[in-house]
Amino acid sequence: MTSEAIPLDVRDRAIDDDTLRARLAKTWATPRGLWGALTTVDHKIIARRYLVTAFIFLALGGILAVLMRLQLARPESRVLGPDFYNQIFTMHGSNMMFLFAVPVMEAMGVYLVPLMVGTRNIAFPRLNAFSYWMYLAGGITLWLSFALNMGPDVGWFAYVPLSGPEYGAGKRADFWAQMITFTEVAALAVAVEIVVTVFKQRAPGMSLNRIPLFVWSMLVTSFLVIMAMPAIMIASSTLIMDRLVGTHFYNPAEGGDVLLWQHLFWFFGHPEVYIIFLPAVGMVSSMVPTFARRPIFGYLPLVLALVATGILAFGLWVHHMFVTGLPRVGESFFTASSMSIAVPAGIQIFCWIATLWDGKPVFKTPLLFVLAFLFTFIIGGMTGVMVASVPFDTQVHDTYFVVAHFHYVLIGGAVFPLMGAVYYWFPKFTGRLMSERLGRWVVGLVFVGFNLTFFPMHILGFEGMPRRVYTYQHDVPWAALNLFVSLSSIVLTAGFLLFFIDAIRSARRGVAAGDNPWGAATLEWATASPPPPYNFAHIPVVDDANPLWSAPETLTVAGGLRVDRRELVVTSVAEARPEARESSPANSIWPLLTALATTVMLIWSIFSPWAVVWGSIPIAIALTGWFWPKGTPEDEA
Amino acid sequence: MKHRIVLDLSELPQHGWDSASPTWWGTLAFELIEGTGFALAIAVYLYLYSLAPAWPLDAPPPDLGPGTWLTAVLLISVIPNVLVSKWAREEKVGRVRIGMIVMSVFGIAPLVLRAYEFPAMHISWDTNAYGSVVWILLGLHTTHIITDLGDTLVLGALMFTRHGHNRRRLGDVMDNALYWNFVVVTWLAIYGCIYWIPRL
Repeated sequence: MTSEAIPLDVRDRAIDDDTLRARLAKTWATPRGLWGALTTVDHKIIARRYLVTAFIFLALGGILAVLMRLQLARPESRVLGPDFYNQIFTMHGSNMMFLFAVPVMEAMGVYLVPLMVGTRNIAFPRLNAFSYWMYLAGGITLWLSFALNMGPDVGWFAYVPLSGPEYGAGKRADFWAQMITFTEVAALAVAVEIVVTVFKQRAPGMSLNRIPLFVWSMLVTSFLVIMAMPAIMIASSTLIMDRLVGTHFYNPAEGGDVLLWQHLFWFFGHPEVYIIFLPAVGMVSSMVPTFARRPIFGYLPLVLALVATGILAFGLWVHHMFVTGLPRVGESFFTASSMSIAVPAGIQIFCWIATLWDGKPVFKTPLLFVLAFLFTFIIGGMTGVMVASVPFDTQVHDTYFVVAHFHYVLIGGAVFPLMGAVYYWFPKFTGRLMSERLGRWVVGLVFVGFNLTFFPMHILGFEGMPRRVYTYQHDVPWAALNLFVSLSSIVLTAGFLLFFIDAIRSARRGVAAGDNPWGAATLEWATASPPPPYNFAHIPVVDDANPLWSAPETLTVAGGLRVDRRELVVTSVAEARPEARESSPANSIWPLLTALATTVMLIWSIFSPWAVVWGSIPIAIALTGWFWPKGTPEDEA
Repeated sequence: MKHRIVLDLSELPQHGWDSASPTWWGTLAFELIEGTGFALAIAVYLYLYSLAPAWPLDAPPPDLGPGTWLTAVLLISVIPNVLVSKWAREEKVGRVRIGMIVMSVFGIAPLVLRAYEFPAMHISWDTNAYGSVVWILLGLHTTHIITDLGDTLVLGALMFTRHGHNRRRLGDVMDNALYWNFVVVTWLAIYGCIYWIPRL
């Protein structure tokens, strides 16, 4: 059907505003009830599910951390046995990295990127639904295996030979490896969606130099996911094959090599840190200008810092392997590259300080989290530069110094900005503000509790306390500090508890927020809170990096889209010139069915290699059902 | 906020091709994911090769026959593949139908040859690490042939229905052709690795 043949009354310009919104709401709606819930492809609903699920996993991982601190509070403690402790620290790390940190960052992207670039849904919305179901199935798989005493016990990086067929009896390591497959499929799907959304669905006029910094950070992160996650999928698949069908990738007796695992794991594992960290700095770059009441200082260096961090992230994996006896030239190279990544991190910190310095900062809870982040992350960054040095790393490798370091960069560097971001965007997600009074308590408790809990671990590391020991003897001088750390963790836990209480309470009874409660500059604030299913009644047209500040009263928009099908604008990659009125797929049950079929195949394949053959048939059928046109207006071209 | 319309989009097409199509970019993104996977699998091969005292480990180099025939078939398949893509762009649905049947045959033929290729390695996956890595390289590539064949069969069937006369679906045919080119190009790298590195 050509554009001329479409009747005028299905175009947005031909109808009045109220009719337009009513018709768009009908076209883009998620039906009420169970069927609607299972078939929806609305990026906001899926992102909300992702967020809630990820925070549940955070709480579960937090309970494991509390158990560990309970066990380590006293020497020779008998609260947990060694085998259970092994499962607990493995579950804690795997859960926090694969089920909380990466998914929660991607979820923020899934919610915010389409709104910030001014489009109506994420690219490939059915893939988005599929990705959530895969993530959920992977999380349930891991936790069910733990509940059945089949939880992995080989550490979050599952080094061979411990995780191999010789030492890793039973199915524990297989569940770890297959959980990786679930979560990586989910993460890769979201990465593709975000790349294509940012490349092709930006509002007309949003050229590269007008893309919000959070969107830039999610774009770079998505490329990191795309390039890094295949390494862990190859690693975990070959591990399962070594364990199930007798391949020898990691068996030195038959020409395999155990260090090959470490190379593959860390080629993924180091970029993984930046997959978690870069969205967080994108959040900081969004919050700082809003609360400094001025545009960000150094937009271009900030973008270049994101890209540089993304590239350098692939050149440092060997610094996790300094004590494996690699050639010295290699060690020197990776020391230099590991230290060099501090440069783009430093550039960003100076740009944020300059923005605050020159602005009129309003110290609301999100900005307080940013300040907590700056202080904590700088310490974590400094200890990072320290462990980049081979002689120093040799001393503290596998000690609590490293535990302290990576919690400083991951909690200080990523979770603090994330919590600030939840306070900041909560009104957009729910239409209600979180409590400013409780928020200040949360910042205080979490910041103080965190530093009291983790700073002494540096000292414990210097004193030689190794990671992953389930207890220690009376005659080593670690008891007092461990007790102090365990007591401090109560403060940290209280902070997180208060955060959850505030979020749950505010979602029901918070103060109504309005469209733009912080007076921010980016497009997600140009629509209602929470946004309607179609996001924008008209697609915005952008001529500035801070569109809501350059024209606070009126939004310039485009007209001419159809309202009888899900339609959005596809624009060119660099200049964001309109190219097509593209349709966006409607709700469908097939993503859920495909995820179910994939889940059956993946879990079956832990026990039999034939699962890959027979289990693929239902997946192929489901994918065909997914793809086959249903004759809806969205199929027209 | 009040809206002020400053741009009219009503004359835009309802679906773009190539770089104006999100699906085209999605295909590229998945090729980047899978290409990274292939590159890493080849890196694993080279890594194990660099450690081994002799290569191949306890096996003669693979027989060249089946793999080279398969390479030839894949290279020839690029010609009808490019033609199908061209006909799809010209919206010549009749020719696209014939082309999809031809490409289905070109999808099945390498699978037949692949069945002879595994024995030509003269080693099993569970003999040693060399056997493991050549089997995984062949296996990874075989899943790609099967995936694209499945896609070609479904799209080919669709071309014979009322949905065939649709620019969106013809765009899918072009994206499918793009993906097949990727399957061919990655094979050239794997072919060089599996068959010629042991002969260096």
